[in-house]
Amino acid sequence: MKNYDAIIIGAGHNGLTNAAYLARADLNVLVVEKNDYIGGAAVTREIHDGWFYSSCSYVCSMMRQSIHRDLDLTRHGLILVPYLGTVNFGDNGETLSAYHAEGPYYNELRSHSPHDADAMFRLQADLNRYAQLIRKTLMRTPPDPTSLKPRDIKEMLFLAKEFGNLGEKEFYEYVRFFTMSAAEFLDDYFENDLIKATIAGAGIIGTALGVYSPGSAYILLHHVMGDVDGSIGAWGLARGGMGAISKAIAGALKEAGGEIRVNAGVQQILVKNGRAIGVVLENGEEINASIVVSNLDAKRTFTKVMDKKDLPEGIYEKAKNFKIRGSSGKVNIALSALPKFTGLPDNKYINRGGQGFCGSLETMERAYDCWKRGTWSDDPFIESVIPSAWDPTVAPPGKHWMSNFIQYCPSELADGPWTPEKRDQFGQTVVNKIERYSPGFKDLIVHMEVRTPYEIENEIGLTEGNIFQGELTIDQLLFNRPFPGYSQYRMPIKNMYMCGSSTHPGGGVSSCCGVNAAREILIDLKKPNTVPEDDCYDE
Amino acid sequence: MNVQHFDTIIVGGGHNGLVCANYLGKAGQKVLLLEASEHLGGLAATREFYPGFKASVAHAINQFPEKIVSDLNLTKFGYKQCTESMKNIALNLKGDHVVVTQDGISGVPDKEVGQYDLYIASLKRFAKALQPFWMKTMPRMGGNTLAEILTFAQIGLKLKLLGKKDMRELLRVVSLPARDLMDENFDSELLKATLSWDALIGSTQAPRSPNNSILTLLYRMTGMHHGQYMIPEGGIKTLIDALTNAAIDVGVDIRCDSKVNKISIKADMDGVRAKGVVLKNGEEVTGDRIISALDPKQTFFDLVGVEHLEIEFMNRINRLRTDGYVAKLHLALSDIPNFNGIDIPNNRFIIAPNMDAIEFAWDDAKYGQCPEKPVMEVIVPSLNNSALAPQGQHVLSANVMYVPYRKKGGWSEEAKSIFIKKLLTTLDQYAPDLSEKVIHAELLTPADLERDWRVTGGHWHHAELALDQMLMMRPTYEAAQYQTPVDDLYICGAGCHPGGGLMGAAGHNAAKVILK
Amino acid sequence: MTTDRKFADERLKLSPFHDRQAALNLRDSWSVWNGYKFAEYYYDAEYEYFCVRNTCGTYDICPMQKYLIQGDNAEAMLNRMVTRDITKLQENRVTYVCWCTNEGRMIDDGTIFKLGPKKFMLTCGSPSLAWLKKASFGFDAVEIEDITDTLAALSFQGPTTFSVLKAMGLKGIEDLKPFQIGYFDFAESGLMISRTGFTGDLGYELWIQNKDALELWDKLYSIGEDYGIQPYGESATNMARLEAGFIMPYMEFNEALKTVHYQHDQTPFELNLGWLVDFNKPLFNGRKALLLDKKNGPKYTLTKLDIEGNKPAEGSYIYGDKKCSLEIGYVTSAMWSPAVKANIAMAMIETEHLQGEIWAEIYYEKELRQYDKVARCSIKEKPFWAPSRARMTPPENY
Repeated sequence: MKNYDAIIIGAGHNGLTNAAYLARADLNVLVVEKNDYIGGAAVTREIHDGWFYSSCSYVCSMMRQSIHRDLDLTRHGLILVPYLGTVNFGDNGETLSAYHAEGPYYNELRSHSPHDADAMFRLQADLNRYAQLIRKTLMRTPPDPTSLKPRDIKEMLFLAKEFGNLGEKEFYEYVRFFTMSAAEFLDDYFENDLIKATIAGAGIIGTALGVYSPGSAYILLHHVMGDVDGSIGAWGLARGGMGAISKAIAGALKEAGGEIRVNAGVQQILVKNGRAIGVVLENGEEINASIVVSNLDAKRTFTKVMDKKDLPEGIYEKAKNFKIRGSSGKVNIALSALPKFTGLPDNKYINRGGQGFCGSLETMERAYDCWKRGTWSDDPFIESVIPSAWDPTVAPPGKHWMSNFIQYCPSELADGPWTPEKRDQFGQTVVNKIERYSPGFKDLIVHMEVRTPYEIENEIGLTEGNIFQGELTIDQLLFNRPFPGYSQYRMPIKNMYMCGSSTHPGGGVSSCCGVNAAREILIDLKKPNTVPEDDCYDE
Repeated sequence: MNVQHFDTIIVGGGHNGLVCANYLGKAGQKVLLLEASEHLGGLAATREFYPGFKASVAHAINQFPEKIVSDLNLTKFGYKQCTESMKNIALNLKGDHVVVTQDGISGVPDKEVGQYDLYIASLKRFAKALQPFWMKTMPRMGGNTLAEILTFAQIGLKLKLLGKKDMRELLRVVSLPARDLMDENFDSELLKATLSWDALIGSTQAPRSPNNSILTLLYRMTGMHHGQYMIPEGGIKTLIDALTNAAIDVGVDIRCDSKVNKISIKADMDGVRAKGVVLKNGEEVTGDRIISALDPKQTFFDLVGVEHLEIEFMNRINRLRTDGYVAKLHLALSDIPNFNGIDIPNNRFIIAPNMDAIEFAWDDAKYGQCPEKPVMEVIVPSLNNSALAPQGQHVLSANVMYVPYRKKGGWSEEAKSIFIKKLLTTLDQYAPDLSEKVIHAELLTPADLERDWRVTGGHWHHAELALDQMLMMRPTYEAAQYQTPVDDLYICGAGCHPGGGLMGAAGHNAAKVILK
Repeated sequence: MTTDRKFADERLKLSPFHDRQAALNLRDSWSVWNGYKFAEYYYDAEYEYFCVRNTCGTYDICPMQKYLIQGDNAEAMLNRMVTRDITKLQENRVTYVCWCTNEGRMIDDGTIFKLGPKKFMLTCGSPSLAWLKKASFGFDAVEIEDITDTLAALSFQGPTTFSVLKAMGLKGIEDLKPFQIGYFDFAESGLMISRTGFTGDLGYELWIQNKDALELWDKLYSIGEDYGIQPYGESATNMARLEAGFIMPYMEFNEALKTVHYQHDQTPFELNLGWLVDFNKPLFNGRKALLLDKKNGPKYTLTKLDIEGNKPAEGSYIYGDKKCSLEIGYVTSAMWSPAVKANIAMAMIETEHLQGEIWAEIYYEKELRQYDKVARCSIKEKPFWAPSRARMTPPENY
């Protein structure tokens, strides 16, 4: 039987990235995947004949350019196309378009509030400042603040230096920003509710926080710190769907000699004398490896595929308490034609960017209130995009598909578990809301795939369907992610590592967790580092 | 007319103003303390709310520092720190109450009792590590004086001394929502609700709100009672009386009924300087320095005036979150209230069946509505101080959460009486015949507190105790060292580090800065 | 749906003068200013520049931001905001001002028009409403109105401008002194003229309600034909203002509120605008920080340079020695000045090195090949272009 140098559990984008870099260091690597397709939550799937859904994640911005270039993803088929603008719909049908070009965007904002049009410049400068600092930490391993090892001290000093480069005012504004709510943060800039709601949307996507919950301002930053070709905060589509990203990384992995096995779900990680020695697959097959890397979330890793008695004391409890809350749903809809939206002359930008059905801050907060009560709102926050309008490869000619991301959707309902009927009711709520802004939308529907946290967990394996593999609150960020003392990708069992979004810097199709873990593994194996420095620093 | 001149004029006779006046008077300064109302003590002042019945808005103490008591010799002036704290009793409809005392908990399964001991021990260690910093002036970044660097170093050292495990845990726990900390530790809904109460009371945060409440809890857990509440012998009044008499003893000139209308400003080529105050009656008094114990918004907007302050500073003061969400209920009772399963109600009762009840009360309030199902903390202060009510009769005092300062449609008498009725109905569930004993009911909404107690937003702490408004950022980074952008003007109220509560630390710290 | 209408509301705003200007914009060369479509040049930038220096030209300043600030506290509010003492400003006079953050970093510069005892107009290059609202917080009785989109404005600059306005029959235009405001009967709404401009030469700025804008244009151009009138765009403006020693945002300074990196914005002292800062005022925004800046001396000083040779020093580093071993600053704007016949530049130079030698390392291109040379620079205290005709009242009639 073949012995591998490393087994990576889960062929999500971070697992593939991690494997690719290990393979590049001449390790014998195997990625095992429970599904019959790779990509985890970055997938393109033909759920309905001729329609290719990005059935989970749907936009890209956080992938680091250093990794994109280093793995040569363009040659492996990845093309990213930036959004040119996004339209946001208010509660009463009013619209706000976020244009790519500064002049028209200024005019658009000014038509809502001249004051806010001006204030937007300050917000952009401030967010840029915050994003630049945090971006520098993405491809670095978080220091352990309790450690006196030279490397930890060096990394702490790096952080201190970066903060020291801010002025006094900027430093305090940063701290304030980091700890407060998105809505209150935006109050300092804007008067207009639709403008605030539009921006605040990024503060709740994927999280079990509301726009008024402290901490949501950071989530907002997490969503704007990415870039497409250097344009910070820009979002883009992958041509061919999000699966194109996983496919390209898998291409790089295979080129480096790595192997991938699908339909190979892991039953258990094998531990012997406190060391990970391999895995047992669901079909009973044992595969041995010198190291085991889990790309599963922290909760799943320690409570599902490991034996509690193999774990040091307290780890199981830490994993159980790890906050990974289901709060989002996804509805993918195949359409016979491009929907038309009222309130939008010429249906502008429907074919060049996203749509945000944010309503107002209160509507968003009330949706959160519903989530707390174990139900979904009749008027949820929806972020949508119609990729087929500019990517002909994902739907039959003349036909379209619309990706709808819904905040909030509870992982467990107050009145019992999810059933197919309730799932369909949830889908109908989403369709009803869109119909309000696009009369006749219902008649265009050819097929619908409704995904609550229940489906996402069952198919993808993300606990509770949490898209970040764990809440992005301060208690689970940086050196606290996933648990204090284990933020450096090494797990409490020897020869075992984690490389998923449960680790720093968290969720998003960024590949950062994967590369950071690879770097640490290679250090432990005393192999030359294959991971590039993030060189997009000087901003 | 002769203008009187003092070394220091303190505006506002709340407990922080009194503490500050005491320290300065003791150091030999000629101090004038001006209070707008008839009573000293601010929110801790005891007043008659119905003929024969008295109460104070702040109805119990959890952390008045021994250092201040001994520095100011308060025992000599009649103040007695209680050695024993009140029992915290989480009320249950069926009478299966959960009791939390200084020594432990009861009324829950043994497993929870053991877990509580671990929980409280670790919080006590964290609170102890943070304790030195509440009675200290926070350093200003970029100041880089030796004292400031030492404070930073001390923070680092204190954390390190906790040991690896505790330090890691503190850095994680400090930003947790109260709910998560409770869920990690306990199963009993009632216990979780009552323990999270102390982290949330007085704030605009609910159990699910991250980042702020545990730090507030640790702040409250300093002092000899580790966060448990007590009423001093003779009531809250004895503390205010002791502070007053101690101040008089060191020569502080105290004047009540002396509302300050303006801080007079000398503006010339040398900049902007505070030189005195103008009273309501037009009288002007001058001082070498002026200290305001009022909340930052009143201090800067009303007393100083925007024309004397820089734009961004004004706006940072303006954006402070100062809306209060606690209402005060005072009941004049014909007889002692009978709570189900309680012999003598000399305890602190929490009415909040579970954390969702607290969360959902907040959900109503955040849209400007009174909670459908209010949650509250109740004490009967007349049991500790019989002077509060006529013989045989009693006063019930309750902090009700969450009651919006900005109520949709405004606060009318009608709205208040509807809400009082709701509160009585709630109380009746736990103390069945309570309504029948009510002679008079007074509800003080945050809007009332703002009007009659002159606290912006009716907020206990003058400004929300949240991370972005604490420590070096309280009230803003420019004024976090008790000095303000106006020369010779200082602040010493709850809007300064470390914040509110009957603690006096802000007054103490401000005096230290001035005497340096 | 016609192609023309598609994305109609995403198109840039058009100034009230647009129809006439579009007809004259032979090169169809447009750029954007505050959401307005706005000419980069019309025919040839250098030709337009020569018109401004020798005859006269019009420059569309409709996109410039204009705010009406009035009320009992308008003066107090503005006086706290700007560094200059505007209580000294007389009615119907204009003054150049700048305003700073609390840290003394410059947010923007602009002009204040005192239109009445309690009525002011503030004009500036970038939107400033959010800052004005912040600055007016707590002042009751101050009304701020953004009149950018309703008040048309045309900058009319050059030696023959006075002759054109006189020929238009504007009575009393000969008495209008620099920085003075006059009102004239014209069309329905009347015409406000200030003797101000951004070229350092004789010139006026004409202010009129939108509906009468084209009437003004037509009158100017019918009379101006004999006086060499020509519209000019951004490029010619940039040449003229550099000769006059005026600063431009994103050339000489970063607006503080839009600056990402710490202290990549500037103080007035760094920009050599110390004369705008009046410390006799007890308070204005940034006073404490600026006192410190003045005491310690600004790190950089914006300096006007006359550079040997004829190669513009655009983007050059400045050195304290010919060997280029001591870097002391960088050029912000540079050009060969046809009017002054000199190679001129503005540069940010470390204050402590202003006394010594100053050298610029200039890169230039000859038919795709890159060359560089090190050229000696000398400091100019006065603007490169400051003709006496700019200040004469009445001005010369041509």
